Amino acid sequence: MEKQYYQKEIETMPVEKIKALQSEKLCKQVKHVYENVPYYRDLMDKKGVRPEDIRGIEDLHKLPFISKSDLRETYPYGMLAVPLSDCVRIQSTSGTTGKRVIAYYTKHDIDLWEDCCARAIVAAGGTKEDVVQVAYGYGLFTGGAGLHGGSHKVGSLTLPMSSGNTERQIQFMLDLKSTIICCTPSYAAYIGETLKEQGYKPEDNFLKAGIFGAEPWTEEMRRDIEKSLGIKAYDIYGLTETSGPGVAFECEEQNGMHINEDHFIAEIIDPDTGEVLPEGSKGKLVFTSLDKEAFPLLRYRTRDICVLSREKCSCGRTFIRMAKPMGRSDDMLIIRGVNVFPSQIETVLLNEGYAPNYRIEVDRVNNSDTLDVYVELLPEQLSDTPDGVIKREKDLSSAITTMLGIRPTVHLVPPKTITRSEGKAVRVVDKRKLHD
Amino acid sequence: MIIKQLTVFAENKVGYLSEITELLAENHVDMKALSIADTKDFGILRLIVDKPETALAALHKQGLLGTITEVIGTEISNKTGALSKALTVLAKKGVNVEYLYAFLSGSEDSAYVVIKATDNLAAEKILKDAGFKEISGFSAE
Repeated sequence: MEKQYYQKEIETMPVEKIKALQSEKLCKQVKHVYENVPYYRDLMDKKGVRPEDIRGIEDLHKLPFISKSDLRETYPYGMLAVPLSDCVRIQSTSGTTGKRVIAYYTKHDIDLWEDCCARAIVAAGGTKEDVVQVAYGYGLFTGGAGLHGGSHKVGSLTLPMSSGNTERQIQFMLDLKSTIICCTPSYAAYIGETLKEQGYKPEDNFLKAGIFGAEPWTEEMRRDIEKSLGIKAYDIYGLTETSGPGVAFECEEQNGMHINEDHFIAEIIDPDTGEVLPEGSKGKLVFTSLDKEAFPLLRYRTRDICVLSREKCSCGRTFIRMAKPMGRSDDMLIIRGVNVFPSQIETVLLNEGYAPNYRIEVDRVNNSDTLDVYVELLPEQLSDTPDGVIKREKDLSSAITTMLGIRPTVHLVPPKTITRSEGKAVRVVDKRKLHD
Repeated sequence: MIIKQLTVFAENKVGYLSEITELLAENHVDMKALSIADTKDFGILRLIVDKPETALAALHKQGLLGTITEVIGTEISNKTGALSKALTVLAKKGVNVEYLYAFLSGSEDSAYVVIKATDNLAAEKILKDAGFKEISGFSAE
């Protein structure tokens, strides 16, 4: 079968041409931001950089970084680069890490964002013949709006389900023969679990693909979802700060997400020094948006830790690929001095045959950190003696210890006792009160 | 004989047990015997009921954790030393008993004993050869 692209010429453009395009757009964008955003102009002035110092992507490193704290400081309109009357939309972050950040869009910004999402849908095999069930939350959250717009652009039949009401999701999925589902991976896992409970086999639905993002998830979870729904699961990446989902998307290779480089420049930096690291290094991901009019962020420091690769992809796309982020740096827990990502614990659970339904509780007792992991027991794992259950707890604790280097207390609990999420899953409860 | 025991995982939480027993009542499941093995965090309920499969399906539908475990049901006479006699036979043949519990048979002359042995099949044969009667007639499934 011939490979499908939404915008073939751009998506398969030779790397040199992409870089030339980025350089040209960057110079214009820096000028636009400098002239229209006083806050950013101050930052540049303080750093002694003038727009004419930026003559191409090789000069990008001269620009100052901005981060979430800048956005909080300039809330709500301090980053606006066009008259507010030219804006047609507001979206906002989910607020999972504190105060919300809002983003504003002109018609042009929405258009490009939806193009990015359309590329992701086509890369996942979507065509105008498909029925795309959008089960991301609608509203301020960018998930629903982004994939909804992308699906329209592709010409697919769009089901604007929003998240939640799982019974209805399933009914529509089966009655209207949805072929592609878009939601958070944890919600996809929950839908799969519910289908099974209702007696459906993976082949009973019509889904062929799923586009999942907005929260970190593991390879193991991907395989789990693929099995339970009978689909191929594609990762999608984005941040409200850069527009929303669609900054990067996965192709059929499922080996990293192609960054839409005609609209964004990605850099990997050393989180401590801010120094730009060579391709293939692990570090913090930084984005510069090249085409956005209303909310154009230059060198925005995400909290995602990952690796970029320019290695040739068999799908024919030439855009650089980013590996699945290890987790946002603010998902990382420091427990007894050890860095712990919840995704590491998830990997162990899935490897050991448990469902990805878990809760991690961290507390401090007598000045020592405690780590408790609550995991749901599956019916086939139930033993008729307490020893059998306790042995399972110990074995799982040992497996996690091997992965993390610190020993958790594992608690096996009945199914459905860990709250399910319809949007972003809250899996970590940190009860330590270190700062008052 | 080998009979089906309904094994249920119970969290150590107020109301958890009553949720289970209510569910069984709603599904017209008659409990014949019940024993609990408990730890500080959770308990494992072992039940002999008239409709174990119906009960299990109802539990799963409700999101509760249960399974069917095979155990041995045997009848002993309601006399001093009768249980001891049964256990001695098993011990002599080297069969280890993991747990057991007893309940009344409905007749004054006998009691029913539920035994989970490391080797259920061997234990069943030993008891049968020693003249112990099988129990039957209360399970519909």
